[in-house]
Amino acid sequence: MFFPISGAHISPIYLTVAGFLIGILGGFFGVGGSFIAGPALRAAGLDWNFAVGTDLAHIVGKSVVAAKRHRALGNVDLRLGLIMALGTIGGAEAGAQLIQMLKRAGNVNLVVSIVSIAVYLSISTFMLWESRKTLTSQKRLPQGMVKGAKAKQDHSAFMHVTHSIQRLKIWPMIELPVSGVKAISLWVILFVAFVGGLFSGFLGGGAGYIRMPSMVYVLGVPTHLAVGTDLFEIIISASYGTFSHAIKGNVDILIALVMNTGAAVGAQIGAISTQYFAGPKIRLAFVPLPLIGVAIVIYTLMTGHKL
Amino acid sequence: MKPETAKTLRAFAIELAIYALLVVGYFFLVLHFLGEGLHRLEIHHRYTYAGVAILLIVGQAVVLESVTTFLLRLIRGRSE
Repeated sequence: MFFPISGAHISPIYLTVAGFLIGILGGFFGVGGSFIAGPALRAAGLDWNFAVGTDLAHIVGKSVVAAKRHRALGNVDLRLGLIMALGTIGGAEAGAQLIQMLKRAGNVNLVVSIVSIAVYLSISTFMLWESRKTLTSQKRLPQGMVKGAKAKQDHSAFMHVTHSIQRLKIWPMIELPVSGVKAISLWVILFVAFVGGLFSGFLGGGAGYIRMPSMVYVLGVPTHLAVGTDLFEIIISASYGTFSHAIKGNVDILIALVMNTGAAVGAQIGAISTQYFAGPKIRLAFVPLPLIGVAIVIYTLMTGHKL
Repeated sequence: MKPETAKTLRAFAIELAIYALLVVGYFFLVLHFLGEGLHRLEIHHRYTYAGVAILLIVGQAVVLESVTTFLLRLIRGRSE
């Protein structure tokens, strides 16, 4: 199929299948999946600038589907999502500026690669340790399906630190009743969102691999709600990114629309599947995702080819 | 395989088949006609194109979510 905006010939079946797989990951883990979608579009022959912009547009569509499904399941905290979107956009702009500074200094590729490897490895190692510790310390859950409220009751071996953060009295304090957080400083939420946005602007993609764990460990949001709320937040921040890239001529919306036909089904499967797993199990399953990012960065460093 | 799991998988396979037919129709009818217009918009009116792009992707996502939910309900309703 010919896509006139980017001038690329790509099989619609390839795009649909790629969208479907990324949709499952996004719906289940609350991530944009750009670490797979970007290389998938590059492998199909799309230029790098179009791969980045088109990927963001596709993320918007997929996140709408997954967030709608999560909202129906009661997994979206709209108040938290809206506040976080503000911090994310600010952080993404700061991250983009940081990249420009490093470009001028002439060592952008090496710095970004080393930072990303360190960040991805830290997240994976920490989540592996925490989720395994939580799973072994808590009583065994009943076998089979853990649906509804029981599945959403969350435990974390890191909870004592989360409670300390929630006790920080920096005005204004707000309540997040949907997430079960009685009081937390607005600045803590904005800071978490800003850091996520900073990495998004600095390393590319939506940075869900940082924001979703941060919501669980720093803000104390249950995993299911973190997944749903992150997806809702991604709709806003990725729309902003899509608009910004589209006016620079980096978005082939036709490719994104085709990818989204597969993603719509995948995202629903992913979102529904979260109901069958308890929070620590979702976090344990999340561990390989940042490692895929590490593998891509190491490949790029060793070969010089950007996936 | 449990009978309930088999039933769910069958319903899902039927949904996927119907959905695939709809998507193929969508590729050839809608995207074929949209392609040239969007290309012209992208060249001559970038800001409008950016706005239309977001509206299209969000609109399509809402419609697709409704279609898949409707298909799932329809097939599950019949199989029960």
